[in-house]
Amino acid sequence: MTSLIASDHKYDDGDKIDLAWVPSIDDLPRDGLVTAYKIYRITNDGAPVEIAELTPGANSFRDEDRELDSTYSYYVATMSDGPTVESNRTAPMQTEREWLNLDRKFMFLVALILGGAIIYFIETARRGKKLFVRRIAGLEAVDEAIGRATEMGRPILFIPGIHDMDDVQTLAAITILGRVAGQVAEYETKIRMPVARSLVMTAARETIKAAYQTAGHPDAYSDEMVNYVTDEQFGYVAAVDGIMVREKPATVFLLGAFFAESLILAETGNSIGAIQIAGTARPAQLPFFIAACDFTLIGEELFAASAYLSGEPKQLGSLKGQDVGKMIAMIVILIGVLAVTLGDGWGIQVMADLANTLKMIFSGS
Amino acid sequence: MEHFALWLAAFLTLGIISFLYKDNPWYKLSEAIFVGVSAGYWVVILFWDNFYGKFWLNKGDDPTLWVGAILGLLMILRLAPKIGWISRWPLAFIVGATGGLWLMNYFSSNIMVQVQATILPLFSTGFGTGFDASFGQIIGNLVIFVGTFTGLVYFFFSKEHTGAFGKTARVGIFFIMITFGASFGYTVMSRMSLLIGRIDFLLGDWLGLIK
Repeated sequence: MTSLIASDHKYDDGDKIDLAWVPSIDDLPRDGLVTAYKIYRITNDGAPVEIAELTPGANSFRDEDRELDSTYSYYVATMSDGPTVESNRTAPMQTEREWLNLDRKFMFLVALILGGAIIYFIETARRGKKLFVRRIAGLEAVDEAIGRATEMGRPILFIPGIHDMDDVQTLAAITILGRVAGQVAEYETKIRMPVARSLVMTAARETIKAAYQTAGHPDAYSDEMVNYVTDEQFGYVAAVDGIMVREKPATVFLLGAFFAESLILAETGNSIGAIQIAGTARPAQLPFFIAACDFTLIGEELFAASAYLSGEPKQLGSLKGQDVGKMIAMIVILIGVLAVTLGDGWGIQVMADLANTLKMIFSGS
Repeated sequence: MEHFALWLAAFLTLGIISFLYKDNPWYKLSEAIFVGVSAGYWVVILFWDNFYGKFWLNKGDDPTLWVGAILGLLMILRLAPKIGWISRWPLAFIVGATGGLWLMNYFSSNIMVQVQATILPLFSTGFGTGFDASFGQIIGNLVIFVGTFTGLVYFFFSKEHTGAFGKTARVGIFFIMITFGASFGYTVMSRMSLLIGRIDFLLGDWLGLIK
């Protein structure tokens, strides 16, 4: 083997060195004489240490977990049935730490545009300008469902999923809870909320309490409206199913992060004749909600509903900013598909170059 | 002891399954045991694994652990009504830190790479252009392009779904529903395997009817 080069790995924490070489002329795919390549490292002019043994055909290696204040030199031994041949030693080198990963410059640029759009719309909403958000079918049913529970004199059951407050779906559910609780307080309906996470219990109690205070009924609020059950997924499901069949709520909200329990909960709610409004961003659980619930907020509709109901400038601005991102994505996809079709399909070079540029920008690395 | 555990597991399994008939005392007992045991289990796990295992044993070696401990302590301040509002700080920390940590991952996988993966050729003249796709590949690319584009239109909230825009969104929801249908079937099959597992336990491990 020849031309061994050791170089500092770009855009890292200063802990990697890349080695590259030209394989031996005896390293052939069939009947080659080379049996292996052994990599040796010399740290701070010390004794060589074997750090890896690679199979024939290898021409690069990345040495990881290096330290910034040490010097490193390498050589590669080509192993065969005959004598072992060692390469020249590389010059002693140190690693360097980079503060910016310029491989991600395009990602940063796109994030900057998207972030800028979000901030712009948040500021626009804060200045009092009304931001349009289209009608979302499931939302119109919220008032109707709460009214139904009031008329029937039965409680509303609110299930915020089984994830903690670090899941944005749970946050969206808690925001919607704020609106639901406000109406519940106004109509003097009962609300019941069993939860699977202690932090969610804390946040939900705060939210409902604030809603009751805003509605002018602080005395009607009770901590017992929200109760912790268990962190265990199916233990929680067993308890919620029990509550459903015993208390027979008129309306069930299933909003948040759901997993295997989604169909069990939705089916039980369906069997007791409750109006069910569901919403999650978990694609695997949405089919069950669509099958067993009256209204389903699909994916991002859950977050849109949260923004729409809260009317908060931050949430509305964020939603509008994300729409800018979707618009950019749609335009790039249209141009990209056209370019790659004309480039790769018809051989128009300029179009192929454009498609490759777009793919490079959106590589996400 | 092993026999007792086996019988207890079978008793509780049948108790939970009895819910299919209707709510009954047997189910209530199984439910209460399940909830109580699991809640207790998690308290023990969180105490010994997190508090004792991660914090208490290493509190002298890693000062960053104290950040978590102090945030945890602030959460307990909820119990003191006058300063209970401080418990919102750790909550804000969790929400903010998680959002920041996941932002770039989601941004990369759900936006950048998704857009890149949709830039696909829709046909080929096939005359030495370097792209020699089969008919099946072309159809596949078309489905990915139309599905992604119309799906994006459906989730665009700044415009009412009317006219040509509404029709495009409708195509999007068709794609979404077809995807959900496939996902439904797939998941039902995996749930069937769970049911088979339980029946296997009852008929095999418990009753010994199947070997």
